[in-house]
Amino acid sequence: MAFEIHLDNFTGPLDLLLHLIKTNEMDIYDIQMVEITEQYLTVVEQMKQLDLEIAGEFLLMAATLIHIKSRMLLPVSDEPVEEEDEDPRAELVRRLLEYQRYKQAAEALEALPQLERDVFVSRFVPTEIADSADETVSLGVFQLAEAYYRILSEVPAEVFHEVIREPLSVAQYVQLVVRQLADGQRHSFRRLVAAWPSRAELVVTFLAMLELVKMRLVEIDQVADYGDIWLKLRVAQGELAAVDLAEDGFGYG
Amino acid sequence: MADLKRLAEAFIFAAEAPLSFERLCLLLERSRPEVRPLMQELLTEYSAGQRGFYLAEVAGGYQFRTDPDCGIWLRKLSKERPLRFSQAALETLAIIAYRQPMTRAEVEYLRGVDSGGVMKTLLEKNLLKIIGKKDVPGRPLMYGTSRQFLELFGLRSLEDLPTLKEVSALDPELAEAVPLEPESDN
Repeated sequence: MAFEIHLDNFTGPLDLLLHLIKTNEMDIYDIQMVEITEQYLTVVEQMKQLDLEIAGEFLLMAATLIHIKSRMLLPVSDEPVEEEDEDPRAELVRRLLEYQRYKQAAEALEALPQLERDVFVSRFVPTEIADSADETVSLGVFQLAEAYYRILSEVPAEVFHEVIREPLSVAQYVQLVVRQLADGQRHSFRRLVAAWPSRAELVVTFLAMLELVKMRLVEIDQVADYGDIWLKLRVAQGELAAVDLAEDGFGYG
Repeated sequence: MADLKRLAEAFIFAAEAPLSFERLCLLLERSRPEVRPLMQELLTEYSAGQRGFYLAEVAGGYQFRTDPDCGIWLRKLSKERPLRFSQAALETLAIIAYRQPMTRAEVEYLRGVDSGGVMKTLLEKNLLKIIGKKDVPGRPLMYGTSRQFLELFGLRSLEDLPTLKEVSALDPELAEAVPLEPESDN
């Protein structure tokens, strides 16, 4: 049987089934399961061929139909059976009729005069007035949640930058650098900081170096851009002792 | 001071949404027995079919609305196209309107198809509202129709819904509603 069906006309498997039963002029209380199942599967097959993404519900209904069909093929025993002596189609029929009821109700709803389609009201209240009206608004949970999310999405996320004060002092590193340079040789800055690998220590060492240059205690030179910096003590060991290298002198707080 | 009936009429005319009887009494600063006969008069004076608009009782309030038979003409006024409901949306609305409170699973059992998307859209359009949680495992949300639903379909209250038919046989009309393409010959 070659059916061609506008598949998007059907809102679901019950809708499709109802349609098939009607076009076959079957009695809803005596659905011919073999025929209906076959036709239903044909339609589902068509959906596959059309590459439509078949909703799981259509497949579930297909399984239900096959199940009912198979139960009906079983010989009916004459002996009074246990509890479940119901027609295997009964639940399906109930669902179909119930569904049809609401399908009709949906049509009745659609036929009612609808606001902004058939019926209009004057809407001329300026928004400022409407807003200032001290009316209590009744809101559902959904509207509240929606409003909340709208507000949330408008508020930029706060970015916190945590600042931890490192207990490093330039003065301390000035002394350390001086101690390293005490031998009077040229020292590479890179080598110097290798002992203190953290970024903070690197910075403090660099600052210490600059301080020492400013104080004319150390001379530096750099051969190439980005090349290593070489440090050398400018003064004799004895003179160094006379210089105050205490914390306060550098003003880093 | 303006005559009370005219004032009531003006309030209803200028109100943004249907104006309830209680609120009208508060606005007019009069007791209910004083206002009630006025409203009866107004309802008669502005009954449907006499003018281009009438005094409607909608969603528990009063509102002036244009006569439905002017609808097709009036549509020219608005730039936006009216809401067109899909079959799925109408079915879902109908089921919830008649059977509320309903959980999503209950709606889906009746319709035989996933209804989450449709229900979300209807919630966003404020036609549905969440009215609680069902006391079963998982505590699913229960849905009902909103005041906007009544306003949209011009219903006084839920009792105003068209009577649900008790169906025990197939409705022959419905078969025609969904036309089938003629059999193809190949």
